[in-house]
Amino acid sequence: MKQKHLKIFRVVFSLLLLLGITSLFVDFRELIPTAWADRLLFLQFVPSVIQFITVPAVLSAGFIIILVLTALFGRVYCSFICPLGIFQDIVSWISKKAKVIKRYKFRKALNYLRYPVLALVVISLLFGSMFVLNLLDPYSSFGRIFSDIVRPGIIAANNGLASLFEKFDMYFLYRLNLDLVTWKTVFIPAVLVIAVVVLAFYYGRLYCNAICPVGTVLGFLSRFSVFRIRMDKATCTKCGKCAFACKSTCINIKTQEVDNSRCVACYNCIDVCPENSIKYMTGKGSAKAAFKPVAVTTDDSKREFIGKTLVYAVALTGLSEKVFSAETEDRPAGKIKNPKKYPVTPPGSVSIRHFTDRCTACHLCISVCPTKTLQPSFLEYGFTGMSQPHMDYGIEYCNFECTKCGEVCPTGAILPITVEEKKLEQLGKVNFVKTKCIVYTDNTSCGSCSEHCPTQAVKMVPYKDDLTIPETDTDICIGCGACEFACPVKPHTAIFVDGNTVHQVAKAPKVEELKQESSDDFLF
Amino acid sequence: MKRRDFIRNSVGFGVLSSAALSMGNFDRLMAEETDALQLPYDMVAIKGGEAAEMFEKGIASLGGMKQFVKPNQTVVVKPNIGWDSAPERAANTNPLLVAAIVESCKRAGAKAVYVFDNTCAEGVRCYKMSGIEDAVKKAGGTMVSGRTEGYYQEVSLPNAKRLKTARVHELIIKSDVFINVPVLKNHGGSTLSVAMKNMMGVVWDREFWHSNDLHQCIADFTTYRKPDLNVIDAYRVMKRNGPRGVSVADVATMKYQIIGKDIVAIDTAAAKVFGIDPKQVKHIALAEQLGSGTTNIDGLKVNRISMGA
Ligand code: SF4
Ligand code: SF4
Ligand code: SF4
Repeated sequence: MKQKHLKIFRVVFSLLLLLGITSLFVDFRELIPTAWADRLLFLQFVPSVIQFITVPAVLSAGFIIILVLTALFGRVYCSFICPLGIFQDIVSWISKKAKVIKRYKFRKALNYLRYPVLALVVISLLFGSMFVLNLLDPYSSFGRIFSDIVRPGIIAANNGLASLFEKFDMYFLYRLNLDLVTWKTVFIPAVLVIAVVVLAFYYGRLYCNAICPVGTVLGFLSRFSVFRIRMDKATCTKCGKCAFACKSTCINIKTQEVDNSRCVACYNCIDVCPENSIKYMTGKGSAKAAFKPVAVTTDDSKREFIGKTLVYAVALTGLSEKVFSAETEDRPAGKIKNPKKYPVTPPGSVSIRHFTDRCTACHLCISVCPTKTLQPSFLEYGFTGMSQPHMDYGIEYCNFECTKCGEVCPTGAILPITVEEKKLEQLGKVNFVKTKCIVYTDNTSCGSCSEHCPTQAVKMVPYKDDLTIPETDTDICIGCGACEFACPVKPHTAIFVDGNTVHQVAKAPKVEELKQESSDDFLF
Repeated sequence: MKRRDFIRNSVGFGVLSSAALSMGNFDRLMAEETDALQLPYDMVAIKGGEAAEMFEKGIASLGGMKQFVKPNQTVVVKPNIGWDSAPERAANTNPLLVAAIVESCKRAGAKAVYVFDNTCAEGVRCYKMSGIEDAVKKAGGTMVSGRTEGYYQEVSLPNAKRLKTARVHELIIKSDVFINVPVLKNHGGSTLSVAMKNMMGVVWDREFWHSNDLHQCIADFTTYRKPDLNVIDAYRVMKRNGPRGVSVADVATMKYQIIGKDIVAIDTAAAKVFGIDPKQVKHIALAEQLGSGTTNIDGLKVNRISMGA
């Protein structure tokens, strides 16, 4: 391949990958097999590192390939593989087409930002918290944007189209319930998407070179990569076209140096250079230029940007919260809070500790969960666990036959399990509060909980008159939340699941033979 | 036909409020048409055959599906597809029976046959694992989502005791013919789940039913649109741990089916087939009090068909 062809290769490759990853997150009809997730996300850096620590195996060694590639060719990850990076490229491309950015100008590296941010990530990890990493990991941020904002939008569009077709009695595009959107689920991805879009629109790859911790780490390595984008000082005419095309703003025409710590290997420069003077060359010579300390500059447009972001963030908190309206009138019993001690983590997540230590809150599991039981948490895991998914039985319950979240999770926070294992994995235990139960308060039958329980860990037993009342058996309960979901006492149900800090194995429900009677007459 | 078309269109475009619809002439229109119908029997009980054959025999003895479905009408078939479990578990209606009904409607000239249920477990899985989606598609019917809030419209039930309003699937509101196809099974909350209980799957806000005297609400809903035909599937019967069941050990194979118009009578008969006193199933008597049918099945003309061993 001629180096001139590198750019087109990069564009095609990255768009295909982006399409694949995006469809994983927005596939609302369950069309994509979960096995694709492993393949498409194999090279995602942060998830792969975490998964490797949990289950060291070839399948989780994607990040090693990335490190090797970076050592050879620089930050190819950022242009070929990182979905957030590719997404930014599309935004900058639009900006160029719309003639907002006409040309990029060389800037100095914002070392005063990127190193402290990386330090913050490391420090918080040392203190045992994924919080800062989760906020900034580009793959996970991309996931949250698409899972929490784009996906509901697409479902809304689907519903609109479906209603249109239904007017003509065509039902192939059926309507779906909109994913739950509240300010709590959107504010983190919304702030991020606004920041990323605005930065990409006006400043190219500034986000990747000032904030992204993965970019900073790979940038460090790419200074020493075997092949680096460099300028051939002899043939270069200093026409400046390469620098105008460089969205990383890392080509210094005056010194004819490329700051390889910021170069994202997009090859736009190679593409535009009329003299063929800028291209991959082996890394002789000094990479010192990039190390020079840089004076702190603040420019006004940046300040303006931060101001705007704040305004948006504030506006967002005002977004109306779509609450699942409890369609029953308020019952006094529903106002009494339950003594829930622990949140419930999804099947396959081993323990709350295992889960929160590994989940980067990419929300892929939330996207694929067919029931929408998995929801972004708010403060369920405490402030630092914000956004990591939890099982929200107020919205739905975990499907007895499903193991999808573990099949897709790229970090190993949720490990894959078989349906048989799943049917015995106890995520939490059922608690029944008799004094809140409708059978007790109203003296009428209900049985909604028992109706939904897959194991009959909650069973209706004789109460008084002809009435039956729930009775629970925590040995066979798997904590799926069906009972809690179905209980009409809202919002604080009469039966609820308290999470197990460490998941346990439930006893299998007893099976007695039924005696099959047969009779010859018609019975009535 | 003109008036109905008008109604259908108005529902489609949401011009008329659905509440006005249910109180207005729609119910009467239905009643007029179906009451005029002369059937040779009030109820048919069939036993000993395969689900589809039993249905063919039974419906033929009532004069065929053409008694209920006129050419170019739309039909909604409502089986029980509540759970994502296989046909052997008997938590859902037998897919072979549902397919036979769809085919028979098609043969009678139905323009479209829709099938849906507001499932209890996740909808797509229920449709798949029950075998009903496949069966219906093969038979030429259309599966419609039942677990999507957008399809439900508020109707009012002026003659009900507790359930004064309900949000009902638009297919039930706008289809010409409504065929109810429950599976007979044990039920932890309502004692027995048959035809009337199956109607909970056409409403969205059923939580209200559970918290406002379940039996009364089940009975109340019969004052809304009654099915034009009920077909009770008792081929496999879940005898305990219902409505979901824990394993196939909960299921007895009875090879039985009951077809009839009167939803109260048919539930009474089903209770007897199940082996319990119909009085134990409170909503049956409550529905009779509301004038929705009779529990006196001895006074009805019943055709009993035995299909050999
Ligand atoms: S196993 Fe449960 S939580 Fe996980 S995807 Fe399936 S339904 Fe959702
Ligand atoms: S648990 Fe879910 S959100 Fe967390 S890393 Fe895995 S897939 Fe992403
Ligand atoms: S008791 Fe509740 S949480 Fe436990 S298995 Fe049954 S439905 Fe699930």
